[in-house]
Amino acid sequence: MIEFHDLVKSYGDHTVLGPVSGRIERGGVTSLIGPNGAGKSTLLTLLGRLTDPTSGTVTLDGVDVHKAPSAEVARKLAILRQENHFTARVTVRELVAFGRFPHSRGRLTSEDLGHVDRALDFLDLTALSGRYLDQLSGGQRQRAYVAMVLAQDTDYVLLDEPLNNLDIKHGVRMMERLRAAADDLGKTVVLIVHDINIAAGYSDRVMALRDGKVEAHGTPEELMEPETLSGIFDTPVRVHVVDGRPLAVHHR
Amino acid sequence: MRRLALPAAVLVTLALVAASLMTGGYDIDVNTLLHDPEARRMFLVSRVPRTLALVLAAAAMAVSGVIMQMLVQNRFVEPTTTGTSEWAALGVLLLTLLAPGAPILVKMACAAVFAFAGTLLFLTLLNRIALRSQVIVPIVGIMLGAVVGAVTLYIASATDLMQTLSAWRSGGFSSVVRGHYEPLWVVGVIVVVLYVAADRFTIAGLGRSVATSLGLHYKRVLFLGLAMVALATGVTSIVVGFLPFLGLVVPNLVSAVRGDDVRSNLPWTVLAAIVLLIVCDLVGRTVVAPLEIPASVVLGAVGAVLFLTMTLRRRALKGAVHA
Amino acid sequence: MPETRTAATGTRTAAVRGSAPSRPAAATKRQPSPARRLIVVAVLVAVAATCFLSLFVKGSFEFAIERRLILLGAITVAAFAQGVGTVVFQTVTHNRILTPSLMGFDAVYTLMQTLMVFVFGGSVLATTDGLPKLLTQTLLMVAFTTLLFRWLFSGPTGSLHVLLLAGVVLGIAFQSLSVFLQRLLSPADYDVLSTRLFGRLSTVEATHLPLAFAVCAVCAVVLWRRRHRLDVLLLGRDTARGLGLDHRRELTTALIVVAVLVSFSTALVGPMTFFGFTAALLAYQFAGTHQHAFVLPMAFLLGLLTLLTGQFVMEHVLYASGMLTVVIEFLGGAVFLTHLLRRGSL
Repeated sequence: MIEFHDLVKSYGDHTVLGPVSGRIERGGVTSLIGPNGAGKSTLLTLLGRLTDPTSGTVTLDGVDVHKAPSAEVARKLAILRQENHFTARVTVRELVAFGRFPHSRGRLTSEDLGHVDRALDFLDLTALSGRYLDQLSGGQRQRAYVAMVLAQDTDYVLLDEPLNNLDIKHGVRMMERLRAAADDLGKTVVLIVHDINIAAGYSDRVMALRDGKVEAHGTPEELMEPETLSGIFDTPVRVHVVDGRPLAVHHR
Repeated sequence: MRRLALPAAVLVTLALVAASLMTGGYDIDVNTLLHDPEARRMFLVSRVPRTLALVLAAAAMAVSGVIMQMLVQNRFVEPTTTGTSEWAALGVLLLTLLAPGAPILVKMACAAVFAFAGTLLFLTLLNRIALRSQVIVPIVGIMLGAVVGAVTLYIASATDLMQTLSAWRSGGFSSVVRGHYEPLWVVGVIVVVLYVAADRFTIAGLGRSVATSLGLHYKRVLFLGLAMVALATGVTSIVVGFLPFLGLVVPNLVSAVRGDDVRSNLPWTVLAAIVLLIVCDLVGRTVVAPLEIPASVVLGAVGAVLFLTMTLRRRALKGAVHA
Repeated sequence: MPETRTAATGTRTAAVRGSAPSRPAAATKRQPSPARRLIVVAVLVAVAATCFLSLFVKGSFEFAIERRLILLGAITVAAFAQGVGTVVFQTVTHNRILTPSLMGFDAVYTLMQTLMVFVFGGSVLATTDGLPKLLTQTLLMVAFTTLLFRWLFSGPTGSLHVLLLAGVVLGIAFQSLSVFLQRLLSPADYDVLSTRLFGRLSTVEATHLPLAFAVCAVCAVVLWRRRHRLDVLLLGRDTARGLGLDHRRELTTALIVVAVLVSFSTALVGPMTFFGFTAALLAYQFAGTHQHAFVLPMAFLLGLLTLLTGQFVMEHVLYASGMLTVVIEFLGGAVFLTHLLRRGSL
């Protein structure tokens, strides 16, 4: 379980997030939604201890992630940011193998290699594993990053817009994979998604942010109400039931 | 109150100009000026040119900085952080080798041509390099300058011109007399052109595609901007040597106080540059009198401190420029 | 200019153009393994060193060998410090075009030399040469950079780029002071000084070499133990932290090792701005992998090969042995420029 208390992040006088408190239960998929600048990425990087909070705490199964040794946290929690810049040319397999660093400290065992192979297979990257990242399309590269994070084999996986650069087919497949990671492997997946219908369709819980505050948190059914969504996105949103599932419509 | 601010600044500047005119090796004061023809002659031959050179050189470097910052859309560029100055030095060194007796105007032209080519190379590099951070741009420029500097140093050491080179680089205004500084007046023209064409430079800075879609002749504006910077740098470096950081610190300070409107900032930028340079020159002339520290050295120290404070404060305010 | 900058918000790799995707994956597999490449280069270095030591000896064999052994020692130290130092520096600063001398090492060194001559006269440089001076100068340079790190990392957000910029700017300030002082020197003093402002491999004292080797060995051990962590640093701050690396600590350690290596090398053989860059660039090209376990030795060996070949050619073909470092700097600068123009990515 990830818990955060009175979390605030500000730069100078400008507060981008908080104070927010809340918890993400163990297991299942949780989506963070909200308009641009709501503080979604800030919250995710704070939970993943990539940024230090101005005040407040984040605990992971009772351990303060900002105080605990980073290497220890890395064996329980993996995080992928939206932008990734690498200086060196690495192949897909080498990149995914970096995900084993928290366990192997660089010396890969056969067990590590097994995790790498499974992660590659899980995201259909086996055929591409010898390619250099700069030889891939944006979508293939995005899948390689996610594979690295999954190879880390942590209980908690935090992803900032993993659907970036993916077309419809790969987007849907990615969500199914993440669903499977939660259902079959028992992982807790937290991700930022732009499309509310994707969030509702694949998540167990949805957390909505607006202006640096948590506006709503609940099951997709609870959140998929016209008033709630219209308030969050500051835009009229209608909700229809299609094939027994709520579907938000915000345009003609 | 606001309306009086600019006239007040002009007054401060004039007071400093007067102070600069009244400081120097010979005994010249208002009294001797009125009665002693020899003092008057000295005043006109040495004091006036020196002060005028200070004023013009300050304006030149500040304006070069403003133009470059608009064209590159980066606050940290100016002739020292883009390698422009180093190219001018290389040009002058080569000319000294090939045609030692060349007249001063030829030297200036040569320095300006090299400065132009160097700045163009820098812009080409920026075009090719995918940059993620504002701060990395000047680092690339300085690195580029270091390469050119190494070449210059190599040639100078191979031809025994090292000390000549360093003498010329730190320049100083002490050797400025009548008949030596007049080309600096070209700076006046550059200031006027900048004032008229400020918007175009801003648009050109947004990039070729934006500029073209706004109906601007991108290449022409870029060329004009580069030519102006090169001319200002070339001429200034020949007459008074290098003036590091002036083009960097002053425009940034002015826009920190007044916001980002280039055109209405321009008079302030020019005045502030003049004030800063005259103060540096006065300090250099008075603290170790009768010896003298060149204004460029004082400026190097003061400028570095100002610049670092600025950068660090900006960082604290705006949060992170992540590594 | 700006359009590429805005477009570059994606991954760095997006900046790599055209030809890359067509390169078949199979072709990379046929290439020799990193270990084999390293062996080939090591053999080449051994051959070059043998030639350098034994060919074209005039007069007393013992005397020539002794002199050449000392020179070989100096070359080894310079190649290790600059080559390895630059690779580590580029890894932690997350780019491949900067060199550590940019942090102001050269400027501090030049200022120290200039100040000594300015205060005590030209003869002071020769009379004070010795281990104490070497150590003092190294310590001063390391102190300068460490202070810079501490000062800039103690702020609200430790930004590496601001740190670099600060180093560069202070470097310029020091340089303008040096240039001014140099102008006041008598031509005779200036001549003495100017020989110290370039790399001078051939005048290294044999008595300094054991210490130099010890410094290099310690740094080598520290870096070797960190080779996997350095690999992770290549992925950038956030990914490295996500993988559980104490990013700030690793960064500081690496920068201090770089400071020690480059300061010592500068104090021993004089400033060499672009040599390290050349060695690192060649290493990336020939190592065939990103792993520091291979890239670091490769940078050292290729730096060694460059210096040995260069010295050999300068001495026996061009008869201008004293100019080696100047020529290497010159060529290094040229390589740097062409590299930037051909394929610039930061």
